[in-house]
Amino acid sequence: MRTRVKKEAITIALTGNPNSGKTTIFNNLTGTRQHVGNWPGVTVEKKMGTVFHNGHRLQVVDLPGTYSLTAYSIEEIVARRFLVDSKPDVVVDIVDASNLERNLYLATQLIEMGVKLILALNMADVAEARGHEIDAESLGTLLGVPVVFTIGTKNQGMKELLDKVLEVVEDRDTVSRHIHISYGHELEKEIKKIQDVIWRDPSVGERFSTRWLAVKLLENDSAVQERVRSFGEIGKQTLAQAEASRERLGEFYKDDAEMVLTDQRYGFIGGALKEVLKVSAKSKLDLSRQVDLFLTNRILGFPVFIFFIWAMFQLTFTVGAYPMEWIDAGVSWLGAVVSALLPAGLLQDLLVDGIIAGVGSVIIFLPNILILFFCIAVFEDTGYLARAAFIMDRVMHVIGLHGKSFIPLLMGFGCNAPAIMATRTLESERDRLLSILINPLISCSARLPVYILLAGTFFGASAGNVIFSIYALGIALAITMGKLFSVTLFRGDIAPFVMELPPYRAPTLRSLLIHMWDRSQIFLRKMSGVILVGSILVWVLSSFPRSPYLPRGQAVERGTTSATQERLLTLAESQQPVSPLMSEDNLKNLDLNNEMTRLEGSFLGRLGHLVQPIFAPLGFDWRTSVAVLTGFVAKEIVVSTLGVLYAAGADVNEESEALRRSLRASGMTPLGAYTLMAFVLIYIPCLATVAVIRRETNSWKWTGFSIGYSLVLAWMVSFLIYQGGRIIGLG
Amino acid sequence: MVGDLVHRFGDMLMIPLSEFREGERGVITRLNGSGTFRKRLQEMGFIRGSEVFVEKYAPLRDPIELVIKGYHVSLRVEEAAQIMMERLE
Repeated sequence: MRTRVKKEAITIALTGNPNSGKTTIFNNLTGTRQHVGNWPGVTVEKKMGTVFHNGHRLQVVDLPGTYSLTAYSIEEIVARRFLVDSKPDVVVDIVDASNLERNLYLATQLIEMGVKLILALNMADVAEARGHEIDAESLGTLLGVPVVFTIGTKNQGMKELLDKVLEVVEDRDTVSRHIHISYGHELEKEIKKIQDVIWRDPSVGERFSTRWLAVKLLENDSAVQERVRSFGEIGKQTLAQAEASRERLGEFYKDDAEMVLTDQRYGFIGGALKEVLKVSAKSKLDLSRQVDLFLTNRILGFPVFIFFIWAMFQLTFTVGAYPMEWIDAGVSWLGAVVSALLPAGLLQDLLVDGIIAGVGSVIIFLPNILILFFCIAVFEDTGYLARAAFIMDRVMHVIGLHGKSFIPLLMGFGCNAPAIMATRTLESERDRLLSILINPLISCSARLPVYILLAGTFFGASAGNVIFSIYALGIALAITMGKLFSVTLFRGDIAPFVMELPPYRAPTLRSLLIHMWDRSQIFLRKMSGVILVGSILVWVLSSFPRSPYLPRGQAVERGTTSATQERLLTLAESQQPVSPLMSEDNLKNLDLNNEMTRLEGSFLGRLGHLVQPIFAPLGFDWRTSVAVLTGFVAKEIVVSTLGVLYAAGADVNEESEALRRSLRASGMTPLGAYTLMAFVLIYIPCLATVAVIRRETNSWKWTGFSIGYSLVLAWMVSFLIYQGGRIIGLG
Repeated sequence: MVGDLVHRFGDMLMIPLSEFREGERGVITRLNGSGTFRKRLQEMGFIRGSEVFVEKYAPLRDPIELVIKGYHVSLRVEEAAQIMMERLE
């Protein structure tokens, strides 16, 4: 029976407080037919999905979870803008039935906006278990809003919810009616005055709910003020009236009008709940509270927290190591197959050395990312993340950050890319940006090979301490920069900490997997593009102009000898015992030497020479400069580049004795090595991280800033270390 | 303690929430502070007349976990100092 089938899809907006189970309901409704993006211009996640019901196509938009709809946080502005401008056909407010009073606050604001509203009393089972008996029918009548019960975690009530959506859209529902929350005589008088001014221009009055505009103006809402200003003359008059009204109310109530309005809304809710909510005192043991007494215990809280974090890392990097090996093998295999199929030449080089190697070096992190995000989803969905923030807040507050920022920072020790993606768990945009900016200073595991090589070569037995000092330097810089940014770039109004500690809940596997996949697929999809382009770029720079020498792996021109070659040969002769393999080794060395000369002549090599003067005060020669340039793709590449340039072989690793010998022979000093380590620690996060920063900040400006400041900081710190060290006679 | 003295001779309805100990209960009498902070607290249910129970302090004595309007919420000590209370026995 399709009497009134709409041509276009029906849009449903989901609103609700954080922790009301909104995401679970969204997942139930849309399943895998989801699309995750960003709201234009901000870093807030935008989730959309489709659901088919009774022959209708319903487009579901998951608005950010908010406690209110004022203009104070970016999430609230985004949610409100969507409700006002995109005018969804129906708004479903997901309400935690076991926590009605606070949850209904948002509902009162939605009612005021005049949207077509449905209340979904979610977690109805939890409410019942707590002895809350809700008279849904009366609640609906009182609010003028149809009410349905849902249990998101058990996938119950979804059909009823969708039925109700269609009823409301098609105006078949009998409960919906427009009610006004009465604010009392004084306030109502002023609201009326403002409304009257707006109605002087009927074209404005017809477009917006004038009552909503008036209330928002009394609340001194900057976004609405701006909008009203755009109405021209009538806007000016309205604002003047609003100002006068605010002043009058301030005198009358001896408090700001917005405070009085909030009081009144809660008063309205309290009145309604008296009629519809019965709480029978069930003296049931509150399990969640018992668990919490242990998990955030004064003595045990920290050890338990540290254990969970430790377990997360173990899982991520120990278990993740196996699939990483498989992927690594797969990438090598693919490279070999392509090499075998294609004739040697430019195309083969591009595919194998550029694209497959470049993308392969990033895709290898996928297992880590999947596991890490799974763990984070567990923390988040059980409610433990809020407790971790609760415990750590005192520490993080020192750098001007929220307790929740701790986990993304800690994850940075593994890999900065997923760590920066984890900043999505932070509520305020300020905290998110700040955490993103300082995250690359936390030394990721990809930088470790560089430290092992350099510290192992130049510091012998004390290598461990030296590496530890580099990690400490990173942490110290993160704290310093965090503090610096929070008092300069992000001064403004620091949002209060007010954080809900939701009851512990058993998460469903389904929602954990969806959570994990949501974030991982962003890594896969978006990264592939940037990484691909970046890898090709570096390959082009290192492969062109094509040298007159033969490509790698082919017979060597034995005639050409350069100074370096000679040095290399003497090096090889003096340090290697004469053996039957000698000639073969020599051939290998010659081959390598060719590669070295070729690289020196490539754009990348020339670039190295070009930028070397900038690095000269840090004691870097052109080869180190090139290594630093290639390290932009991924920091461990610094090792293989040094390998090629110091003629030890491209397939060196940090343990390679040959490379260590040539490094020592090259004139690099321990001080120079330490400077290089510090530089590698601080300068530009790798390509994958830059791509994630771009993605998460949704801004080239912040991405550019991140690159720029890290370069400047790296140079300055390295300069201080190198020149300072020389002054006190270490170099 | 000086703080105690001030309050004993001052207004019994104006004890900052930050001076409450674990397990104590009270009613909000006034909300100090301004702007975003005050508004946000109000929206989360910190309005005059609301009952607040101090569930516990974090291991480092900051923030505080409170129960208000039937849900658990945490506030920093400096923020709780802006909330004036009347003690309930």
